[in-house]
Amino acid sequence: MGYHFEFGWIAEYWPVLLKGVGITLQLIAIGALFGVALGGACAWVRALGPAWLRPVVATYVEMIRNTPFLIQLFFVFFGLPSLGVQMSELQAANLAMIINLGAYSCEIIRAGIQATPKGQFEAGASLGMSRFQTFWYVVLIPSLQRIWPALSSQIVIVMLGSAAVSQIAAEDLTFAANFIQSRNFRAFEAYAVSTAIYLLLAILLRQVLRGVGFTLFPRRAAR
Amino acid sequence: MNRRHFLIAAATAAAIFAHAPTVKADALADITKRGTINIAVPQDFPPFGSVGTDMKPVGYDVDMAALIASKLGVKLELVPVTSANRIPYLQTNKVDLVISSLGKNPDREKVIDFSTAYAPFFNGVFAPADLAVAKAEDLKGLTVGVTRGAVEDLELTKIAPEGTDIKRYEDNNGTISAFLSGQVKAIATGNVVAAAIIARKPPKRPEIKFLIKNSPCFVGLNKNEPALLEKLNAIIADAKKSGELNAIAQKWLGSDLPADI
Repeated sequence: MGYHFEFGWIAEYWPVLLKGVGITLQLIAIGALFGVALGGACAWVRALGPAWLRPVVATYVEMIRNTPFLIQLFFVFFGLPSLGVQMSELQAANLAMIINLGAYSCEIIRAGIQATPKGQFEAGASLGMSRFQTFWYVVLIPSLQRIWPALSSQIVIVMLGSAAVSQIAAEDLTFAANFIQSRNFRAFEAYAVSTAIYLLLAILLRQVLRGVGFTLFPRRAAR
Repeated sequence: MNRRHFLIAAATAAAIFAHAPTVKADALADITKRGTINIAVPQDFPPFGSVGTDMKPVGYDVDMAALIASKLGVKLELVPVTSANRIPYLQTNKVDLVISSLGKNPDREKVIDFSTAYAPFFNGVFAPADLAVAKAEDLKGLTVGVTRGAVEDLELTKIAPEGTDIKRYEDNNGTISAFLSGQVKAIATGNVVAAAIIARKPPKRPEIKFLIKNSPCFVGLNKNEPALLEKLNAIIADAKKSGELNAIAQKWLGSDLPADI
């Protein structure tokens, strides 16, 4: 092997990498927050919501879950301007991630809701709780607790999938790696460094989500 | 090898080499006598040369070759070449001329001769007519699309003033889409890419605002062919004057010949 490894460029390019990490974190923070909220709302519709709304949500979920994220992203960024909806690459990336995570988390949360025994609904009703109160305290929170590990995994997957947004010139971590690689042609090193950073980010994100889980569901944590 | 054999061999070699230049005394006379001209054209570089739907080569260079053949009054024989083998084809006399979007540089000038320029080839910043940009400084505050890692990217990064928002796309298609969908106001790219955009008849046509790098195309021919060179330059000058060359530029690049050609 005659390849000479060279990591000296990090000194010159670290601001680019740092900016990339910042954008990736920003994308996943907004994407996860609104994506899970959207998913929760859709899960309510699919499990308990009005009958006329259910096919609409079902269509959305199936459309997003059965098409590539990259195409959804291109559609938002390059396609929507034809309809007069113009947005920056970061807005487009955020929107695509929210829509994407919304569909997947809808199905995960719905599974949790549907695993709730019918008796708990009846118990809520007999305690004089409103339909919404029953849904929120008796159904949603315990089911979120059940599916939290699955939801965390999906959020990490979306974070890693956000690498695709470099294709619409959003300057995330993958863009930074590509940019550096096209300037100094040190492909191996540039991608090795970005791989290590992604790995670190994924581990960190998992820990953060675990922490969020402990805070949201203290009863489970106490057990 | 004894001395006599060596002398014979040396004399033969001398005779061959001494004779060589006179074999090809005048390429122009040869072409006229033969009645055909062999011209190297690209087949993988639209709009200069590509294979049309009827499997025949088409493009700017092909039209240029046809123009030269018709002015010389000879039959045209197209020889498809790649950018790597176009000059060797000329040097080994497989072709009489190379019309293959060939740019001039000192290394090439050592081995072949060039006619006057016949086609524009440049990269620069393109934007719709209503955008007032005349130099790099004017890009301040604008979003400019570019293909990441391309020459334009490297140059633009150097010359763009602070406050220019450069968006780097993965490939030319990304850059084109970003311009067409209005995500960027201006793009830095080659005139060939701009021609591809113009060919789609967009509502806002990209126009050249300023040049980043200019390297027009020349017809390549072998060295020491003054008669052929003179004739070629005369044909190109006439074609410019008569508007025939401009018609070719309009047909393939969607814009008039620039003033320097």
